[in-house]
Formats: sequence, C-alpha cells, structure tokens
Amino acid sequence: MSVVTVQLGQCGNQVGLELFDTLYNDAQAGQRKTYATASCGRFFHQTEHGEHVARAVLIDMEPKVIKQNFSKTAKSGKWKYDNASGFNQRQGTGNNWANGFCIQGPRHREAVEDILRREVERCDRLHGFLALMSVAGGTGSGVGTHVTQCLRDVYPKSFIVNHLIWPYRTGEVIVQNYNSVLTLGHLYQLSDGLLVHENDTAHRICSQLLHIKDISIADINKVIAHQLGTVLQPALTADSNGVYSTNPLGIDWQLRPLAVSERTRSLTGSNVNTSLANLLILRGKDVFSAETGIFDDAALYSSWLSPKDAFKIWKCPVSFNKYEKTATLVSNSQALIEPLDNMVRKAWSMFAARAYIHQYTKFGISEEDFLESFTFTEQIISSYSQLGCNV
Amino acid sequence: MTQSVIVQVGQCGNQIGCRFWDLALREHAHFNKKGCYDDTTGTFFHNPNGDSCGDNGRIQQLKARAVLLDMEEGVISEILKGPLGEIFDSTQLLTGVSGAGNNWAVGHMTYGSSSRDKIVDQLRKAAEQCHCLQCFFLIHSMGGGTGSGLGTKVLRLLEDEFPEVCRIVIPVYPSVDDDVIVSPYNSMLATRELTENADCVLLVENQALVEMLKMEYACHGGQHTKSNKVSAMDRLTGPEKPFDAMNDIVANMLLNLTSSARFEGSLNMDLNEIAMNLVPFPRLHYLVPSLSPVSTLPRVSNSTRKLDKLFSDVFSKRYQLIKTDPKRSLYLGCALMLRGNVHMSDLHRNIERLKPTVPFVSWNPDGWKTSLCSVPPVGHSQSLLALANTTAIKSTFMEMRERFCKLYRKKAHLHHYLQVEGMEESLFSEAVTSLDSLIEEYHDLDASVGKLMPAAARLKIAK
Repeated sequence: MSVVTVQLGQCGNQVGLELFDTLYNDAQAGQRKTYATASCGRFFHQTEHGEHVARAVLIDMEPKVIKQNFSKTAKSGKWKYDNASGFNQRQGTGNNWANGFCIQGPRHREAVEDILRREVERCDRLHGFLALMSVAGGTGSGVGTHVTQCLRDVYPKSFIVNHLIWPYRTGEVIVQNYNSVLTLGHLYQLSDGLLVHENDTAHRICSQLLHIKDISIADINKVIAHQLGTVLQPALTADSNGVYSTNPLGIDWQLRPLAVSERTRSLTGSNVNTSLANLLILRGKDVFSAETGIFDDAALYSSWLSPKDAFKIWKCPVSFNKYEKTATLVSNSQALIEPLDNMVRKAWSMFAARAYIHQYTKFGISEEDFLESFTFTEQIISSYSQLGCNV
Repeated sequence: MTQSVIVQVGQCGNQIGCRFWDLALREHAHFNKKGCYDDTTGTFFHNPNGDSCGDNGRIQQLKARAVLLDMEEGVISEILKGPLGEIFDSTQLLTGVSGAGNNWAVGHMTYGSSSRDKIVDQLRKAAEQCHCLQCFFLIHSMGGGTGSGLGTKVLRLLEDEFPEVCRIVIPVYPSVDDDVIVSPYNSMLATRELTENADCVLLVENQALVEMLKMEYACHGGQHTKSNKVSAMDRLTGPEKPFDAMNDIVANMLLNLTSSARFEGSLNMDLNEIAMNLVPFPRLHYLVPSLSPVSTLPRVSNSTRKLDKLFSDVFSKRYQLIKTDPKRSLYLGCALMLRGNVHMSDLHRNIERLKPTVPFVSWNPDGWKTSLCSVPPVGHSQSLLALANTTAIKSTFMEMRERFCKLYRKKAHLHHYLQVEGMEESLFSEAVTSLDSLIEEYHDLDASVGKLMPAAARLKIAK
C-alpha cells in the first residue's frame, strides 16, 4: 500500500524534503530487508536503474523552494524527486488564504490534478494522501485547502490526512490567525484526520531537549520530520498478524465524538486532558515487554469510551533512526483546545475591528465566509471542551 | 520568479534611481560570479538577447527595468552620458524642456495630459518585457513640481492601466526648511493622490536622511574616506555628489526590501506580502522604513556589530527614514526583513526583548511579519530593514497641514496654480479634507489605547 504525499507551499516543501530524507535514511540503515521494503514501497517507487523516487507531488506558487528541493535531492545521490511532479507558478499567494483558495487553486486545478493522477497511477495500491502544509501563509493554507477539496472529489474513498504546521504565536505572518481559522474551518469538513505540529513546541524541543544554540528553520523541520517519520514507518498492529501493517495512515480517525444528544451532560468539569483516542508507537529494543498500563487508565478518556477501544499500540522491533528505543504518542485529545482557542480569540478580535478584511473580500471571501469558518472552529473547541465533563 | 519595474520621476527620483541601479548591479555582480543571466538578475534587469548569453554563457548586455521621466533634460542626459548610460535605452526615457516650475499643477495637469500617451506607451513596453510583472516602484519627490505632480499622475496611470500590479511609492518629503516656497502645496496635493491610489507608501524625508548620515560620520568618521576608495572601485558612478550618500540610503532600503523576493532564504517574503500584512485598512498604507546598517559602504567596524544591535537600531529614532519617534507611537503592524546569516532563534529572542517597548494596537498584539533571506548585502554580514505601520506619522501629516495652511490662509502663490488648465481651487480643499480624515483615522486608533474596551463577544455554540 502506498501513500502519495502532497507538499504545499514553502513550509510543506521544506518539511517534505526532511521527511523523505528521514524515511529513506531510516529504511536504508542496517540489514532489515522486510522493513526497508515495506517502507520504500510505501513512500518511494523505483526506477529501472534502482533509484528511489519519492511518491510526492510538490506544489508552490513561487519557484524558489521547489527548485531548491530538486537540486538538493539530485546532489545527495540517495533518493530524488521526479521533476515532472513539481508544479509552481512565478508569483506567490502573498500570505492571502483567499487568493490561494479562490483564485490560484481553481486556476491551476487541472494541471495539479494531472500530476496527482500520474502519481496515483504509479501506486499498485493507493492507501491515501498525506498533505503537508502550514496554516499560516497563503499557499500551504489556501491552495492546500483547495487541493484537499479536489482530492476529496476525485478520490472520495481514499484516506486524506493533512499534516498542519501551526505558526509561532508571534512573528511569522500578521494575518496568520485568519488564514488558520479559514483553513481549519474547511479542512474540518474535508479531511479524515489532521496531524498538528506547533512551531513553538518544535522550537522548545530544539532548545530544551536538543540544546541547539542557534535554532534555524531547518532544525525545526528536522524535529517535525523525525516525529512524523516514527508515525509513518512500518509497524506491527494488533490485527496485522505479525506482518507490517498495510495501513500507515489508519490511525483511529474513524473514532468521532457521538452526537451531543446521545450523551448525558454534567456541569462539573475536570482538569484532566481528556482523550478520545491515543496511539502509542514503540520502536526498537524491548518493545514487546514494555509496560504501557498507564495508557489504559479510564480517567484519561471520555467517560463514554472504554480504554480498550480508545487506546492502540503499534510496535516495531526495528529501531528508528539508530535510536535504541523510541516511543511516539499520537493523541486525539483536549491538548489542542488551548492553542486553538488562542488562535480563534486573536482572529476574532481582529475580525471585530474589521482589520484586513478588504484584503480577503478582494479575492472573493466575504464576511459571511469568515463567520462560517469561525462557527466551525468554535464548534471544534466546544466539542473538545465537553469531553471532560463527567457523566 | 517575478519582475519589477522602477519608475523614476523628476530630479530627485532619477538621482535616487541612479544610485539604486548602481548598487543593484554591484549586488548582482557580487553574487552572480558566473555572470549568467538568471531569475535573480532578471528581477530588475532585462536581457535584450533573450535568455541566451554569449559563447561562454556570460551576460552580454543588460537593460534596467526602468522608466525615466523628467520635465527637464539635465539630470537624465547626465545619467546617459555617465557609466550607467548603457543600461538604459532611449525608448525608456521621456524628458521635457520647460520644467514644471515647482508647480504640482503643471506636472500633473499640463505635462501629465500632453505626455499621457507617451508615458503609458513606455510603461507598457517595460511591462511587456516581464514574464510576470509583480510590482511598480515609483520614486519621486513631494516638494518639487515634476516629482509631486507628474509622479502622482503616473501613479494614476498605473492604476488605470495595470490594476492588478502592486504599486509601491517611495516619495521623498521635503524638509521643514525646504527652499521651494510652495512645497507645502505640492506635498499636500500629492499626498491626497498617494492616499487614494497607492497600495503602499514607504515614507522618506530629506531631513531624516541628512541626520542619519551625520550620525554615521560621527561614528565612523575616521574610516570613511579610506573605505570610500575601496567602494569607489567596484561602483560605476564616479565621485560622490552632495545628495549621493543620502540617496544611497534609499537605494539600499529598496535592495533590502526586494532581497527576499530575489534571493533564497529559509523564510521568504514576496513583495505582495507587504501590503497584505501591513495594511489593515485600505487608506492606512503609509509605512515608516528603518534600516541598519545605514550605509552601503563596507566598514571594518561594522563586521563586529552585534546582531541584536540591529534590532535595537531599527526601533530607535535615529534610524527612521522619516523623522518619527517609534517609541511614542502605536503600531498597527511591523515587518522585520533580515538578510545574512540569521537564525529563527535570533529573531524570536529579539522580538521577545523588544515587545515591551513596542506598543501594538489591541486587536493585533502579535503584529510581526518576518523574513529571512540568506544572502547578505555586499560588504556586510547582516542587515535589517523594518517597515512599520504606526500612528507616529500622524504628527508628520499634521506638521505638513500646518505649513500648508500658513500659505493657504493668505492664498499666497495660489494664482500660479489656478492659471494652469484643469486646475481648480476645490482640489486644494479636497486635499485638506482627505488628509484630515486620514489624520482622524490615526487619531481614533491612538485614542483606543488605554480605554477599557470589552473584548468582542465570541460566537456561542449551543450545547
């Protein structure tokens, strides 16, 4: 089963390059043929000369980053991108979600769909799509949302997972909160799952855990790619019967909160970061004897869920990127409420002052469109907030 | 990649333009060692031989993506005779013989109408040579007749003919003691045009440039003459004229402004991101640039200049290209554009450090836009250009209004304007009204500070 990765905008293309590098290096290290074959089949196809070519589509509205990616990978001599899988224009979307979603996306729809189709046709079996994008700028967020919509139309049954990079709270793009709200308001309805990385968190990992003194964007992208790699590489799941699961994107997305009316509500909240689902991924030594009981605690989960259903473990005896052991947790929980609430609050305060609205209406996004996205994001916050309520 | 066209109008515009082309050539020659015509070079330069080069792949000929306009012949013919003459074609220039007599109306109405078709023709030609035209940079003075009058006429033509293309104006405002008596009239009439027709205005003031230079000489006086010789060798234009050092600051600002769009970097900033991030309301598009290091001259002492100092500099009064006090203003937004080897952590450390001293409007507390371009300016290891949308410029406009009213109350020199065909007295009062409402918009923002404004109630989701 293969995954087609779609890299969107400067951020998506930078992270994508790091991700494929991580996946390739990890798969090629050591003598682990089954693991390497499973990984490479998933993320690369091979040319007749045995070269590994990433199953990736590179999309950006300006040429510099994609050009850099092509030349970097060509020089590395390890794996490469197919030059025909790149799509770029000459002029960026100018940090404007409306420009990306309403103008650039539709304008280039056919060309992008052709490239995507070609990449899909190279897969013997397509498992799904992984779209890498930031939510702050205009291309990743705006064009990215439009491309996700196209994928949903053309491949209605395929898994679509969007990997979203959340901007620093301060100092990237001034309209980042608008762009983020518009992105989330739409992806909420289109995507099967949103994997989120915060730049601030990755930055803290670089400074506090890795002790990097001068942190560059490349360092942050490496941390993100690394974490993503441990999630995506082959692993054994409870129902895969001792062979590597064919289902790398099949994290328990299907688990959604029940409709509100089916639940009894209570006003007493709690401080526990309540989860809907947790996935623990263990790699390396002793994975089969690891003690994971603490994840089975019913207090971690919403009261209408049993831990048995909400907690999954994937294991792989092969070590990841030369670490003796690694553990990765993918959590669908209330952890995101705070950053999401922070973002919506700032965007709403800007919206109340009617600041920057003219930049969006110019490209066809009305105040009503904004309100709709605000409603959806508030809905997400509200739904997650209710998880912790006791029955 | 995109291309941009520089339109330089009048004596001031052409002199600044000239310094810009000189420095732009130096910068591209410095980083383009092979001498091949590439996308980066193509941003501001057109290759008349198409994309192909000579036998060894080196550039044979380059033409500036520029349109040079003046109502006199002197400045432009001097440029053509000089070493930069080669990068301009006669088809890119338009000169008159009579001058505008420091009269906005003559530049805007008389010359603007009679030369309209020729100007549009030249703008179109310049645009046709671009694969993807992103931006027009319009440089002119606000005090004289040609710059303010014809310059703002060109701005209108650009809006009519190229509504999709971004218009960034770099107007040079006159000093308080400007020797043109009617400069307050010209500035006032021209400012209205800028408010109505520009996407972005980067304010520059002669007096501020003069003081920046004084400060630079005071700090580095000893080394200046020595390094000047070094820099003269790799520059085309010869011995410096009085305004050259001042114009270099503006030219240098333009290079920094466009560097992230031209060169690679880990956090790119395209030109269309400037207005998107810094203009929250259509009319409030006046930005204050500040730059450090100020000079383009390589100096030994600058190499040890600490990076953090650059950040402090651009928020200090002395480094603003227009005389404003950044510490006494309310910020609507601020862009920090860095060149050279600068890390994300440097950027964030400094933003955190400066935050307490930079007051932002309540609905935009994190109004920072940042970019990192990996290619430093020639002669320096790092540089920082800040663009601030602040209420501080309210006072600049108020002073301008006062100087205008002093003349206008007595109707002094008014007849020079009213005798020009197409000019009406109502234009004066309309210009004042336009400026008044602009000042009021800034004033309302200032007044919002300190008031306990209840946060707008969020949408409620029914549970």
